[in-house]
Amino acid sequence: MTGAKTMDGGAVLDIRGLTVDFDTPTGTVKAVRGVDIAVSKGETVAVVGESGSGKSQTMMAAMGLLAQNGRTKGKVLYRGDDILGLPARRLNRIRGAKITMIFQEPMTSLDPLYTIERQLCEPMVEHGGYSWSAARKRALELLQLVQIPSPERKLKGFPHELSGGQRQRVMIAMALANDPDVLIADEPTTALDVTTQARILELLADLQKRLGMAVVFITHDLGIVRQIADRVYVMKDGEVLEEGEAESLLKAPKHPYTKMLLDAEPEGRKGPVPDSRPILLEGQKLSVAFDLGGGFLKAPQVLKAVDDVTLTVREGQTLGIVGESGSGKSTLGRALLQLLPHQGRVRFSGHDISNADKREMRPLRREMQLVFQDPFGSLSPRMTVGQIVTEGLLVHEPQLSAKDRDRRACEVLEEVSLDPAMRNRYPHEFSGGQRQRIAIARTMVLKPKLVVLDEPTSALDRTIQKQIVELLRKLQRDHGLTYLFISHDLAIVRALADRVMVMQHGRIVEAGETEAIFEHPVQDYTRELIAAAWQNLEPVGGN
Amino acid sequence: MARYILGRLLSAIPTLFLIVTISFFLIRVAPGGPFDLERPLEAKVMENLQRIYQLDKPLWQQYLLYLKSVASGDFGPSFYFRDFSINELFAASLPISITLGASALLLALVVGGFMGMIAALRQNRSTDYAMMTAATIGVTIPNFVVAPLLTLFFGVWLGLLPVGGWNNGAAQNMILPIITLALPQIAVVARLTRGSMIEALRSNHVRTARAYGLSNYAVVVVHSLRGAILPVISYLGPAAAALLTGSVVIETIFGIPGIGRYFVQGALNRDYTLVMGTVVVVAVFVIVFNLIVDVLYALLDPRVRYD
Repeated sequence: MTGAKTMDGGAVLDIRGLTVDFDTPTGTVKAVRGVDIAVSKGETVAVVGESGSGKSQTMMAAMGLLAQNGRTKGKVLYRGDDILGLPARRLNRIRGAKITMIFQEPMTSLDPLYTIERQLCEPMVEHGGYSWSAARKRALELLQLVQIPSPERKLKGFPHELSGGQRQRVMIAMALANDPDVLIADEPTTALDVTTQARILELLADLQKRLGMAVVFITHDLGIVRQIADRVYVMKDGEVLEEGEAESLLKAPKHPYTKMLLDAEPEGRKGPVPDSRPILLEGQKLSVAFDLGGGFLKAPQVLKAVDDVTLTVREGQTLGIVGESGSGKSTLGRALLQLLPHQGRVRFSGHDISNADKREMRPLRREMQLVFQDPFGSLSPRMTVGQIVTEGLLVHEPQLSAKDRDRRACEVLEEVSLDPAMRNRYPHEFSGGQRQRIAIARTMVLKPKLVVLDEPTSALDRTIQKQIVELLRKLQRDHGLTYLFISHDLAIVRALADRVMVMQHGRIVEAGETEAIFEHPVQDYTRELIAAAWQNLEPVGGN
Repeated sequence: MARYILGRLLSAIPTLFLIVTISFFLIRVAPGGPFDLERPLEAKVMENLQRIYQLDKPLWQQYLLYLKSVASGDFGPSFYFRDFSINELFAASLPISITLGASALLLALVVGGFMGMIAALRQNRSTDYAMMTAATIGVTIPNFVVAPLLTLFFGVWLGLLPVGGWNNGAAQNMILPIITLALPQIAVVARLTRGSMIEALRSNHVRTARAYGLSNYAVVVVHSLRGAILPVISYLGPAAAALLTGSVVIETIFGIPGIGRYFVQGALNRDYTLVMGTVVVVAVFVIVFNLIVDVLYALLDPRVRYD
């Protein structure tokens, strides 16, 4: 916790009665409806809300960065002067100098065609009165300040040569270059791995303490709010529902929506499955290697995405596979389902299915199903929900009549709590959470034994995530399902899984019963992951 | 990079070999020969001609002889323009066509690029619609309609410019042919630039540039246009080929002694060596331009690397 706890009259940035309308072909969309947000010197204010709440658009509008079809009304006072609707030339004396921003998408927020140095120096030369050579010197200092390894080399490099976390550090460096009064951070850690997230947050908090600027932090993650914010604004449907000091608001929320958000942390635990239960899935010494080219005169380059992994899953068990992006957890899931060629053996309900061909796999396929991460990309936009849900039946139960299939579609949609009357609609008419229910219904219609869930909740808001967790739990109870739950989200894994396997660089770091792993992690990497996920509860260690 | 360029040039050799081989036999399949006239020549005369031009030898021998001479840079004698070798014909005409084509390409890039940029900045406003309507017209009206109209207007009515002729490359003789040649390319370049520019203006890194209060010039030219120009660069290869072949009509209408007319005359007269020569020249142009495009791409986009 840093900085002033209360808001005095001297707000650096004071947004008053801000509205944002978008003109669309289907009419006007009111994205922001009269929002008041203020931040004082040295204060960190969090703007919290789920997707579509208007939290980002409020800040974009304040900085004159709306899309062409957006219209803004209200006041944006910077040190008492209204900067809303200023001509670009005058607004540009403030943007990038006095008020700077960091964005959600570190991968695309830097220009791919220019060096890091050039991009860092541009705003300094433009606003800070630096010469190019002075700016270059400061750029190096800034990269050291944001703790980028070998900064001299990184300065001469291009964005694509940096990782997501490093690019976000460059953005932070850029934001600090001209000693701003206000830093607006729009979901700066959402696209990053948890351990990277923790380090970036730590860096931001530390820099704020040292430099004393005001920070507006836009996020959907209450854990982050708890960790860094002095005050909170809760937004929904373009309005501020509640605001107040972070500590008291999070402890005693007044508005039911805030209560629901706070309550959205997935709850419950799953008890272990007795060893007497038969083994459903078994993988022995599994390895998956990807060829990265080379060959002929060059040495072949191989990436071991999965490296010597052995696991067993009993009937009714939920095995959580956790790890950061690139740890090989999705690849492992696919190899187990024989969707990727692999080395080692896989047994599924008594059959050896290692590298079995399509024909051998077909009868077993219905018993092992897969749900993907992206609820938008994994449903065909040209098929109705009914067709999507029953498509598997065409292969596995070809004797069914169209009428039978329609009945099965109704049943299964009801089972995942969707209105069966909606089966004749198309996927684009559904929200992300509803689509994920459709994707789950598509697997359930085949009455599988094993379902591999590959980050099924990552693209969803917290409140929706909680509902999906409840649904998965209910389905498991009703049908005795076995889950392989692949996720980087430890809170959800802890709620759903009775066994956990931690992966890094394609190998198993640690495995065991869920509570044992979470309460008494043995390996440093596991500890770091857990610390990063529950940073609101305990201080983050490490670099 | 130098290695890459060398590799590409070496790989052009088999490509050219294939092109020469296919076109050599294709033209021979076409009925008639270079010395077939309406009133047939005397048998003795024909025999002599065939022997001089080595047409009496078996086809495979002719092919090998031709390969050998092409490899040494000699395209052989013209069958129709007696007393001239193909090399001599090209030496006189190729520079003219290249001057026309290069000027038209440059004009297309500058004018089309500018139009596309302005249209993108004024997206869905009247300027945008006007530019894009002009571009559509530019693509749809064929050059054999544009050329006479321009000649009529500027040459005959206003008397500002000559209606035709080369006049040793005098500037006023070049204006109308270059404009006619460039018009459809201007239209294509404008449309391409507009599309990629709109995309660039909406990209996250341009939002960053705006958020950091960079000047309009920096936002539009430095951070948007450079990325937006990449698709236009990749169009340069096909554009160069189109300009070279498009010159056939233009050179005929304006009476310009460029290489274009040889495309038609060579084929009609069964002037085997002339046809082959033009095929090789066009092929070399396309290959070289595609190489230039790829090198330019690597220079403009640091993510593209050839090693």
